[in-house]
Amino acid sequence: MGRANGAAVVIVGGGVTGLSAGWWLARSGVDVLVLEKSIVGWEASGRNGGGATHVYSPLGLEEQRLWPQMDDLLGYPTEHQPNRIGIALSDAQLALARRWAEIGEARGFRWELLDRQQLKELVPIVGDNAIGGTYLSFGGHANPQRTVQAYAWALQDHGGRILQHTTVTGLLMRSGRVTEIETTQGTFGADTVVIAAGPHTGLFADMLGVSLPLAPARVEMIATEPLPLLRHGGVAGNGLYGRQTLRGNLIYGGGPHEWINVPDMATPAHPSTPLVRNLARRLAELLPGAAHLRVIRSWGGIVENTPDGLPVIDRLSSPDNVILATMSSVGFGLSPAVGKAISELVVHGRCLFADLSALCLSRFADTPADWRERLGWVPTAAPVVEAASGG
Amino acid sequence: MTREVDRRSIADKASRPERHVAVVVVGAGAAGVAAATEAARCGDEVLLVDENPVDNDMMAMDVPLYFGQRMQPSVRNRALMLERVVEANPALAEAHEAGVDVQLGAYVWGAFVNSPTVQELPGPMLGLADERRSWLVGYDRLIVAAGARDVVMGFPGWERAGVMGSCGAVSLLTRYRALASQRMLVVGSGDLGLGTAALAIGRGVNVVGIVEVGEAVRGDAETARALAARGVPFYTSHTIREARGGVGEVESVVLVQVDAELRPVTGSEREVACDTVCLAIGLVPNVELTAMVGARLGFTSALGGWVPETDASMRTSVPTVFAAGDCAGVDDGMLATPDDARGQGRLAGLAAARSLGSISRSEPETRRGDPGLRRPGAGEVHGHWQAWFRSLIHAGGWDVNVCQCEEVTRRELVEVKPPRYLKWDSPNAGDRNLDTLLRDGPVNQDQIKRLTRAGMGPCQSRRCREQVALLLAQEARTAVDRIPLPSVRPPIRRLPLNVLWPLDELPAMREHWISWFGIPTQFSPHWEAGMAIDEPTARARLISSDE
Repeated sequence: MGRANGAAVVIVGGGVTGLSAGWWLARSGVDVLVLEKSIVGWEASGRNGGGATHVYSPLGLEEQRLWPQMDDLLGYPTEHQPNRIGIALSDAQLALARRWAEIGEARGFRWELLDRQQLKELVPIVGDNAIGGTYLSFGGHANPQRTVQAYAWALQDHGGRILQHTTVTGLLMRSGRVTEIETTQGTFGADTVVIAAGPHTGLFADMLGVSLPLAPARVEMIATEPLPLLRHGGVAGNGLYGRQTLRGNLIYGGGPHEWINVPDMATPAHPSTPLVRNLARRLAELLPGAAHLRVIRSWGGIVENTPDGLPVIDRLSSPDNVILATMSSVGFGLSPAVGKAISELVVHGRCLFADLSALCLSRFADTPADWRERLGWVPTAAPVVEAASGG
Repeated sequence: MTREVDRRSIADKASRPERHVAVVVVGAGAAGVAAATEAARCGDEVLLVDENPVDNDMMAMDVPLYFGQRMQPSVRNRALMLERVVEANPALAEAHEAGVDVQLGAYVWGAFVNSPTVQELPGPMLGLADERRSWLVGYDRLIVAAGARDVVMGFPGWERAGVMGSCGAVSLLTRYRALASQRMLVVGSGDLGLGTAALAIGRGVNVVGIVEVGEAVRGDAETARALAARGVPFYTSHTIREARGGVGEVESVVLVQVDAELRPVTGSEREVACDTVCLAIGLVPNVELTAMVGARLGFTSALGGWVPETDASMRTSVPTVFAAGDCAGVDDGMLATPDDARGQGRLAGLAAARSLGSISRSEPETRRGDPGLRRPGAGEVHGHWQAWFRSLIHAGGWDVNVCQCEEVTRRELVEVKPPRYLKWDSPNAGDRNLDTLLRDGPVNQDQIKRLTRAGMGPCQSRRCREQVALLLAQEARTAVDRIPLPSVRPPIRRLPLNVLWPLDELPAMREHWISWFGIPTQFSPHWEAGMAIDEPTARARLISSDE
């Protein structure tokens, strides 16, 4: 099936979803080519909190099963660490933490309720403002930057190819199928096309005359200087997601997002804003024993959401050789499972290990064109402060 | 159609600047003070911010300059240091008289502007902080006069206290009068090295030698002769093999002669006793703030590498932002001649005022921009930096840290090794290196950071950025200007969580804060579709169960 200029499967988008799909395909012997407009994992795939606790999802059990094996399967480190601790500073937060735990319990996982003392024993930097928490004997987290590169390298180790700095500019249709992909580096033929291009996935759907409702937004994270390793680095709460890295840095995000527009295929800039201050406050509240730690970095990322916040993983009926994949802003942790699901959609026409009917595109068939405005998911420019010439 | 507002979005809850000023000048060096004074004389409200006196903790982390732990204990006395900082800078008084609001001891840790992916800001603003709190200041015009820092290069033992940069040394000698050094070895014989040596001698430091990798002294011949006459030995065609000492302090340095290929000459080692190694190889403009406002940067080796593109009035590609002094481009001689920086500052101050309509059209032509003030520059510098770096690799080998904070050696960098703490070893990973990475695209410092962690540490890559770029260029067999500048991320001064946090958070921020988007169905269990899990729903469930 191999050919110099093209592949059996061409994947548009070298993020965590496309790379995982490509890796699963390559390791089962499929000729695969990933087209990436900049560097692998450069967008949200490499900028997220690294959480891998999504048991609510139809892909959740496979996520849980696969993560502990990923280092061995890939041959490169992902820094995956099992189990999570939820810290609650209020009754509402505790109710939320319990809800997460109970969803896991419904899937057969174990968890425990922790009181303040137990929390402090596990995480000494927890303060007296904590009222309790949860210990999940499931879920976990990994290092997104290391993981995306691991997927990319493992994909290549299995004979797959990746073209970086290659922007897809057009999809050529012939007899109801996409047969060629036009890029800034030439045209590539394909039998099957997987489009996993994050916020840009909707623009590609448009090219195919398919409507995929997506709203892009910018979110932000901060990182502190390293702290000696906690016994459990998977600690979150107080409206923050994140972890202590194996290097010791505390890396956390959360809080308000900004709805934006992604006008073209260019790599969007992702600056951070003064929100870093608010993030700092919540982190100091969550872990008062670390309030003196210095923030050394912050960053932003662009993610996309569907109207119900759930992924679209679907093989189109027309053109019938295209698979659309957007994870609706929650893609990193599920990536081992979703890549496998996509590879099965390619090879078998359906996912063998999970029922993906809830993630079909047709659920948005009646979504009105102005859905973003209706939900308020649109950019809202701040009123401009008058240019003052004095005081 | 009902138009909803997404309560979970940033709309209406972002912090507002607590103050708005027509012109903010960052940095009270020669350029900044001149800019602030000129703009104030034109009638504009001007805020001049400078981080000196820098807190002792910040200095101990080699931020913003490479102080190398050579501060006298007196730097802990902030009142005394404030006095000295003011004394050392007589132009500050002039600025104050002109009506400039001078704020010392305040860090600028970020610059925030709207862009295609940020529309929420009510206007451009700076993040400021002192030791106690952070705040935001809006501006109409920003003049960045943030100075320069040292090019840092490692050698075996460079982690020891006493290895520092010339900017750090000069700052401690002049601003703080608190340099704790008795015997200093100066590395680099350009005007920067000679000037630093002369200054140090004048302040009672024993300069035990000046090392130059080239065959001849590079700086002003007269200064060099004067130094030699005072007994300062010059070690040309030499490089550093190692810094030695017990308990983490520099006690001596082993120099070695290099041949025409910059390789060490066997048997030529010479141990020089010293407590300080002052790196004076070159200067790098501080472009963090100009990069953060989105100003276009270009690479000009003669100006120290990446600098903001400026017009004759020192205006960057962002019309509201100006850059003046060393941060707009620096060469070896600028320490000795602040006149150029001052001239650029005046131009920027005038241009900022003019762009605000504060200078009438009848203003005499002489007050207009004079592009002639831009120095021709001493010529391309990166070839010289590369020579130093190559000699240090030849003499010190590949197992020397290129990044001290994250303990990444030169070898680990070019082998793109996962960090040591992962203790990762697999045949696949062993086969990966810079060469295999390069097959997939041009070299990118941000990608190398992600994979090796070089540049990810608490010094915020101040001590490794140039080394990493030089090493990548060398190993990728490409020019240094082809290595993109790594991205700049706030806070560019590392601040504690409990200083950075806002005291003026809006109630809406607190009320509607949520970890992710708050889309009710996003995390609902797929087997009970439609069940919401976000926090208000959880709260609602809690309340109803209480009832």
